[in-house]
Amino acid sequence: MKTTAQNLFDLSVTVNGTRYEQAVEPRTLLSDFLRHELGLTGTHVGCEHGVCGACTVLLNGESVRSCLMFAVQAHGREITTVEGLGTIEKLHPIQEAFHEAHGLQCGFCTPGILTTVVPFLEQNPHPSEEEIREAISGNVCRCTGYQHIVDAIKLASDRMNK
Amino acid sequence: MKPAPFEYYAPTTVEESLTLLAEHGYDAKVLAGGQSLIPMMNFRLVQPPILVDINNLPELAYINPDESGGLRLGTMTRHHQVETSPLVEERAPLIHSAMPRIAYPQIRSRGTFGGSLSHADPSAELPSLSVALDGKFRLRSRNGERWVPASEFFVGLLTTVMEPEELLVEVALPPLPPRSGWSLMEIARRPHDFAMIGIAAVVTIDKKGLCQQARMVFISAGERPMVAKKAAELLKGQAPTLQAFQAAAEVAISEEIDPSSDIHATAEFRRHLAKVLTQRALAQAFQRAVEERE
Repeated sequence: MKTTAQNLFDLSVTVNGTRYEQAVEPRTLLSDFLRHELGLTGTHVGCEHGVCGACTVLLNGESVRSCLMFAVQAHGREITTVEGLGTIEKLHPIQEAFHEAHGLQCGFCTPGILTTVVPFLEQNPHPSEEEIREAISGNVCRCTGYQHIVDAIKLASDRMNK
Repeated sequence: MKPAPFEYYAPTTVEESLTLLAEHGYDAKVLAGGQSLIPMMNFRLVQPPILVDINNLPELAYINPDESGGLRLGTMTRHHQVETSPLVEERAPLIHSAMPRIAYPQIRSRGTFGGSLSHADPSAELPSLSVALDGKFRLRSRNGERWVPASEFFVGLLTTVMEPEELLVEVALPPLPPRSGWSLMEIARRPHDFAMIGIAAVVTIDKKGLCQQARMVFISAGERPMVAKKAAELLKGQAPTLQAFQAAAEVAISEEIDPSSDIHATAEFRRHLAKVLTQRALAQAFQRAVEERE
């Protein structure tokens, strides 16, 4: 696998169940590819060096920083962004819990937190508060709303595992 | 905040990777988990002309027991795999204890064991831990392979003995000798951040309970994992007492570490923390050694 003379790479990637084939520059970050090429602006870009967690997406079901991956590295793999979790009509149970428990204020950090919590609750369906805080340690919320975020995750875990 | 252009290769065999590294020499940079390299590229602190992405080499991701009772880790083993491996917990508890402290869950699903070692950040845990555990690194190139002890691998800030055509493919961690104990102590302003200072201690006691061997390696205390050899010499043959720990800590912080000042802490404050942590780490490591003997 190598880039062509124009330094473009024929990328084939599945995002939220849809397959995309597109030529990209290798230096394109996955976060920028999702936002600028696919128009999926639900994935937010905060620090671009792996600290804030706003750009978190699922790569083959695991939460990763999309600003710390090149789009070409997603070749042949499956990405899920916040747009792939639920729809306006039918929210994901975690989204519903965030709505009800006031797990967001401005919402900038929310997509990254949701995509972090999805695999977390799969691996740990009944987390303690400490485990929840540990799980979202890599997501910065500047509205200082962690308490409600923790409440929302707790509510989601209770509902999903009744 | 965007990387400079580069040529991208994604080899699917180790041989192909080694050929690319041999062909391109200093122009090529290996892309493992990318959790340190890509931020540096985003900031344009580094602008490698060529990237050799080794993420399509699943044969380099494994955790295997070896006959000596130790472990063999493939260079592309993700931190998350190491963190959740019962084998690592059993055979390298020091490594197991460190994994949840390494950055955040999202970083650990991507970052790799060998990548962290090759990056050689003196503030990272794994370089110092591999020295404390007397690990050995297997480096391959098109011309063959060589094993380098962890204690000789790190030569300076983000600098190792690896030649540009070499690839770190495997890490061997020997088992701890009988009657051994370990400790990892760190201070960070926020958990999961790089530590302001840290220490990994591994000690072995003899049948009488005296110190037979000690290894102390400091994190964020100089340009590479800083080994306190004189302090270790001082402990040899000693009973594990507070006085012995204090004496060792004094030698370590005054003669064997070289911390710098930055926005997070002054060098002086780091030395102070190092002294306190050394005593605590030695107390915990000897305690574990005693429990192990019993």
